[in-house]
Amino acid sequence: MYTTELQKVSALDNSLSADPPELVAAFEARVAADAFIEPKDWMPQAYRRTLVRQISQHAHSEIVGTLPEGNWITRAPSLRRKAVLLAKVQDECGHGLYLYCAAETLGTSREQMIEALHSGKAKYSTIFNYPTLTWADMGAIGWLVDGAAIMNQVPLQRTSYGPYARAMVRICKEESFHQRQGYEIMMTLANGSAAQKRMAQDALNRWWWPSIMMFGPPDDNSPNSAQSMRWRIKRESNDDLRQRFIDVTVPQALALGLTLPDPELKWNEARDHYDYGPIDWEEFYAVVRGEGQVAKERMSARVKAWEDGAWVREAAAAHAVKKAKRNAA
Amino acid sequence: MSDKATNEASLKGDWALWEVFIRTRGGLSHRHVGSVHAPDAELALKHARDTYTRRMEGVSIWVAASTSISASDPAHADAFFEPAADKVYRHPTFYNIPKNIKHI
Amino acid sequence: MIDQPLFHYALRLGDDSLILGQRLSEWCGHAAALEVDLSLTNIGLDLIGQATSALGYAGDLEGAGRDADGLAFHRDALDYENCLLVEQPNGDFGQTIARQFLFSNWHWLFLSALAASKDATLAAMAAKSVKEVSYHVEFANDWMVRLGDGTPESHQRLSAGLDWNWRFVEELFIGDDVDNEMVQRGIGVDKASLRAAYDARIIDVLNDANLPVPKKHRAITGGRRGHHSEHLGHLLSQMQFLQRAYPGASW
Ligand SMILES: [Fe+2]
Ligand SMILES: [Fe+2]
Repeated sequence: MYTTELQKVSALDNSLSADPPELVAAFEARVAADAFIEPKDWMPQAYRRTLVRQISQHAHSEIVGTLPEGNWITRAPSLRRKAVLLAKVQDECGHGLYLYCAAETLGTSREQMIEALHSGKAKYSTIFNYPTLTWADMGAIGWLVDGAAIMNQVPLQRTSYGPYARAMVRICKEESFHQRQGYEIMMTLANGSAAQKRMAQDALNRWWWPSIMMFGPPDDNSPNSAQSMRWRIKRESNDDLRQRFIDVTVPQALALGLTLPDPELKWNEARDHYDYGPIDWEEFYAVVRGEGQVAKERMSARVKAWEDGAWVREAAAAHAVKKAKRNAA
Repeated sequence: MSDKATNEASLKGDWALWEVFIRTRGGLSHRHVGSVHAPDAELALKHARDTYTRRMEGVSIWVAASTSISASDPAHADAFFEPAADKVYRHPTFYNIPKNIKHI
Repeated sequence: MIDQPLFHYALRLGDDSLILGQRLSEWCGHAAALEVDLSLTNIGLDLIGQATSALGYAGDLEGAGRDADGLAFHRDALDYENCLLVEQPNGDFGQTIARQFLFSNWHWLFLSALAASKDATLAAMAAKSVKEVSYHVEFANDWMVRLGDGTPESHQRLSAGLDWNWRFVEELFIGDDVDNEMVQRGIGVDKASLRAAYDARIIDVLNDANLPVPKKHRAITGGRRGHHSEHLGHLLSQMQFLQRAYPGASW
């Protein structure tokens, strides 16, 4: 997920030992009482660090996430699809922007966060390191990737950190059309020509497992989950969210007349859930490490945009200074 | 409008941060909606427009350099806000007026 | 009977917006700052919306069963009638801004005049678009001044971008038979009459941007009759790929 803890954090980094215990206790009580923490409030160092890591990783995911879909904007097959995709990717730019701003209230500049991304220090969702090969990928991404993201983001509207929660409210409002436009693309293709149907099935085959992996490693493998849950930075467990995603998505796939690439997928009457086959975590961790198929393309595109933009940002700032001086004179 | 956010040190790298306030409809007050980066107030307004009013969310925008906003200290929230809690006489329902007296 | 001149007039209106919108959409996700990404995309979306209306109208006038998509995705360069300026490559941000500046200022004057058209559909479309284009002008003018005045590097890059695009400004003011008939019927705009106002507008901005007003360039024309630059073919091959590769499919 955009917000799954993807970085190894040292125990020291996460410890509360440096903070005055009475302040920690008061803080924990406020969070437990569902109060919101605001930028100037006292907070444990580890809370601040975890939030910066999580929010900036979320922001990076939104921004890197513009690339796979951006790959098809100029090739969208109708004017309506072009406008919708452009507006959707624009929304994702906005989401990155809101989230960087939320993280900035914790004392880290956007520039520092961007540098951490470009140097490989910061992570982003593994899902965006897969290539978009056909137009059907625009359908599969909107439907599955945005679908999974929404499932993760809705509970975060009530996360404990005020600026993050408010950013999530705005984001969730904007997300509402993303999944629908994706599913609509899939429907059109699934009901289209044989070639289109093949495209749709192929996209589903390629995006299904990576989407399932977006929710992150199994709960027994997510070391910081308990603390994050207590702090309302994370609201539901990886496995719970994953199960819910599978349960709502499988019927949607069947309604399209498509098959899911998991021979073990089966409704389990007793559990009232779908059972699913084993997830290739080897692959997941490889992609986290930066070994995804298009990881290099994604990072070089972001670095290029930032470096090519340096003279533009500098020029605008230089003009602002000159103008201020002229006005003062 | 203040261009305080602009200074020579920030020429390289990212632009300064601005807080954005939007009036969603005539008659309402401006409400904080988020922030943008921009080198000066003029561009901050454009960025605010392009970022925060894409879904017809506003009829008027204010931007203020984040550095020029002063905030009350949450550590002193008790001293700041609790004295108002027992001043019920500031609320109209504090006063008992007989039912037959109209227009008051 | 197809009203040929009116059909071509609507087509040109749509083609200008479509091709520039397509160009701007190439920026999405690659701009100097997230804020600039959002701005460029907003302008691109305005233009694609304008193109959808204008091409839809052209399709109605033609009455041959082609809708906006039919016209956008199934014409080759010879049948595209946009001006040469809008198809110019993005280049760097300076080149993109110079193109936007030169086009939007013309576009605004043109649409403002077209809003008084005797053709109610064109008049309504122009009245709606002119509001959008007012902002495009503001955006482009602002960035012209910033880049021109900013740093030696930005000044140099903007000059080069202006130099690249300036060649195609003359074409905007040259009318042909279609224009002449549309003007006579009170539908179209006398393009030559926009020149003085255009010059005044852009000279103002160029002054603020510390840029010399370029010398009048020999007119390079052809866009309105389907003779384009080498760039348009590539733009179309990308834009039309799916419609061409899967004939008859709906999307
Ligand atoms: Fe998003
Ligand atoms: Fe989304």
